[in-house]
Amino acid sequence: MASELMNERDIEFMLYEFFDSESLLKRERYQDHDRQTFNEVIATAKTIAEKYFLPIRQKLDTHQPTFDGKKVHLIPELKPAIDAVIASGLSSATADYETSGMQLPPIIASIATSYLTVAGGVGLGYNMLTTANANLLSAHGSKDLIEKWVKPMRAGRFMGTMAMTEPGSGSGLGDLITKATKAEDGSYRISGNKIYISGGDHDLSENIVHLVLARLTGAPKGIRGISLFVVPKFLLNDDGSIGDDNEVALSGLFHKMGGRAQTSTALSFGEKNGSVGYLVGEENQGLKYMFHMMNEARIMVGTSAAVIGIAGYLYSLDYAKNRPQGRLPSSKDPLSPMVNIIEHADVRRMLLAQKAYAEGAFSLVLYGTQLSDDEKTAASAKEKEHAHLLLDFLTPIIKTWPAEYGTKANDLAIQVLGGHGYINEHPVELFYRDNRLNAIHEGTTGIQSLDLLTRKVPMNKMAGYLATLAEINITIEQAKHYQRLTEFSQQLTAAVTCLKLTTEALLSAMTSNNIDLALANSVKYLELFGHVIVAWLWLKQGLVATKALENKPHQADENFYQGKLQTLQYFYRFELPQIALWSALLIQSDDSTYQMKAEWF
Amino acid sequence: MKVLVPIKRVIDYNVKVRVKADNSNVDLANVKMAINPFCEIAVEEAVRLKEAGIATEVIAVSIGDKSCQEQLRTALALGADRAIQIETDEKLDALNIAKLLQKIVEEEQPQLVILGKQSIDSDNNQTGQMLAALTGMPQGTFASVVKVEGDKVNVTREVDSGLQTVSLNLPAIVTTDLRLNEPRYASLPNIMKAKRKPLVVKPAADFGVDLSPRSKLIKVVPPATRKAGIIVDGVDTLIEKLRNEAKVIS
Ligand SMILES: Cc1cc2nc3c(=O)[nH]c(=O)nc-3n(C[C@H](O)[C@H](O)[C@H](O)COP(=O)(O)OP(=O)(O)OC[C@H]3O[C@@H](n4cnc5c(N)ncnc54)[C@H](O)[C@@H]3O)c2cc1C
Repeated sequence: MASELMNERDIEFMLYEFFDSESLLKRERYQDHDRQTFNEVIATAKTIAEKYFLPIRQKLDTHQPTFDGKKVHLIPELKPAIDAVIASGLSSATADYETSGMQLPPIIASIATSYLTVAGGVGLGYNMLTTANANLLSAHGSKDLIEKWVKPMRAGRFMGTMAMTEPGSGSGLGDLITKATKAEDGSYRISGNKIYISGGDHDLSENIVHLVLARLTGAPKGIRGISLFVVPKFLLNDDGSIGDDNEVALSGLFHKMGGRAQTSTALSFGEKNGSVGYLVGEENQGLKYMFHMMNEARIMVGTSAAVIGIAGYLYSLDYAKNRPQGRLPSSKDPLSPMVNIIEHADVRRMLLAQKAYAEGAFSLVLYGTQLSDDEKTAASAKEKEHAHLLLDFLTPIIKTWPAEYGTKANDLAIQVLGGHGYINEHPVELFYRDNRLNAIHEGTTGIQSLDLLTRKVPMNKMAGYLATLAEINITIEQAKHYQRLTEFSQQLTAAVTCLKLTTEALLSAMTSNNIDLALANSVKYLELFGHVIVAWLWLKQGLVATKALENKPHQADENFYQGKLQTLQYFYRFELPQIALWSALLIQSDDSTYQMKAEWF
Repeated sequence: MKVLVPIKRVIDYNVKVRVKADNSNVDLANVKMAINPFCEIAVEEAVRLKEAGIATEVIAVSIGDKSCQEQLRTALALGADRAIQIETDEKLDALNIAKLLQKIVEEEQPQLVILGKQSIDSDNNQTGQMLAALTGMPQGTFASVVKVEGDKVNVTREVDSGLQTVSLNLPAIVTTDLRLNEPRYASLPNIMKAKRKPLVVKPAADFGVDLSPRSKLIKVVPPATRKAGIIVDGVDTLIEKLRNEAKVIS
């Protein structure tokens, strides 16, 4: 193994210097833990990552799942790896003791999972979907559904999916047409086609529990007429044993650019008599339940994007330190030794950009993860509410900025390796392909930007938006006291002003009669907001580093903190100023994209 | 059958070791520490003996300041039943460690003591042998297979000429080599359980052992760094340099 999977020093920095995760131990839920348990859990995840996943990372990519018309075949090494994760307790790390969980803080579980993700744990998608499925059912399903389906999923016997997308209905779920009719016995009969269903078929578990969105006969059109059903691959006998086939047929597998360990399936439900389905919660409320799960899933998508970004950065950094090539422009002697490419300023530019994107994204997703914990376990109701407000508002950014910029970081990792980055002897091209999905699933970047602008910003009299700006201001005030940070605190103040002006202009444009034009450049608004948020988190990292440097740390730590401050500077000089341009376009409701006609292309 | 496993806290094997600026010692500030890998193999072997129904109790012991409780907890998470910390702030040399362990052996009367063959920080390879001499127990060092049969333990040893199997009467001392087993990782439930297992602390001073040091650390220096290479302009220059500068040919 050439480079580390994750940067342990940075993890320690994030957990114990940036977030003070040790203070979580004061919360009742976490009182059995201590810093050592946190570290040991992360160490266990790292061992499983290195022992089970890293050796098959490439094989999972080159040996895609196959379908012989009857069964799906996966490489045999995947099941032991997944079983090791289940046996270690990692897949239920955050769950309550009562459901055989460990009640670990989500931020610790998230870092543990990150090791698995970067070691080729796309194969873990099966577990993650199962957990998400079980969480949704636990929150919204009846006792009977929990007993029958959640328990075996938590035990690792069954796995779960989320079956929303259809050939004619992707981003716009309101148009889905899968049918549900009520049967005499109180269950439902489901028929229709779903596509892109991850983990839709495989032989890793005894049964597969699909959560299917479908429309009841006579239900309202659009998103108000969608219900959610449990539709298993096999029905269960009264004693819980596997019973009849439930007419969930695999019509084919998709062949993907990345993330190949996870089957992507086209499923046909109930072609003959209708698949038996069990209603979750109430009729026509399905999308609401699904969204409950999707907010969690969006933080997970952002996290996976950020850490794959980090993996590419670390790999290309190690490569750059060891690859001799060329000489500096100032060196005229052809007999002088070649320098390692890290000596070339342009290579350092690419490494700095990666560090800025990936570690910036990492701080953002961990911030989101901590909020998702605080909204449930913070000391007071007021703090819980505050965390909920911030998280709800920031979710589109937590999902999208890392997805876009984590992938950009991976693109630069390939460039650092040159031709060696383009071939599969190095994992950076795989990182790029794996990461590329993250801007697409769980709501594309375009859809997220519309959500931000049309829902999240105006919601509750802009409460989430205003609370976010207030948080940024706290950091600006703190940074003012440090000479080394004045340049950045001033710039962030200006950036917030720019963000405010842009937001006001957009909101007023949205109330004008041409909302289509007002929203034409919504993605640029999300990008602008994302840049301000990441700049804020970099300033926060810079604050920690500046304070730490005052205590004259030893050499290795000094280097670490100087690296943080230099990256902060890079972000503020190369990245943040771009928002001025984006803001100008947004404020004038620039019509370049809006006026372009399909016929003119 | 009781199995005693002495373990040591050392710098994690992944860490690049730094030397203090004044050459007085290795710099341990903010450095990740771990259980010595050979000791980890010893814990694993003892736990396997317990799982096989041969051992009834596995006791981990470590000598050091409070921080070595971390490594004892790791051993408990890996399957040891209880732990003993012999508390001292002194860095003791191998003989003093062996003398303290001798006292624990007298107290606990284990049938088997499994130690790592050496620690990756001081690389002494002495403690197991010294403990054998002090207790009068037979020793099987550098073990790659350990089989308990009746009142004997058969130990296959990795020696220069190959493998040697010795049969020792119990109670006995075994030191582990790298290939004895592959240690497990702790599952999350076991990490939690470890917190509830007993860990007793005994001050080293209470054992009546003379702990005065037998050796003195004079100086620690990092290995010489490799000098940058140069490209020579031809075979003649190369030969000239090999002869006159490197002095490796004549
Ligand atoms: C590998 C993989 C795994 C997946 N796993 C699952 C799964 O497990 N379960 C599941 O249900 N689905 C899954 N999906 C489906 C995924 O969620 C959809 O692909 C995604 O929601 C986009 O839908 P679509 O592909 O139909 O694209 P479309 O909706 O057709 O979008 C195409 C383009 O149009 C843009 N666009 C669409 N509507 C608008 C609009 N209103 N305004 C502006 N721009 C718009 C989009 O941003 C996008 O750029 C998966 C997809 C992939 C590729």
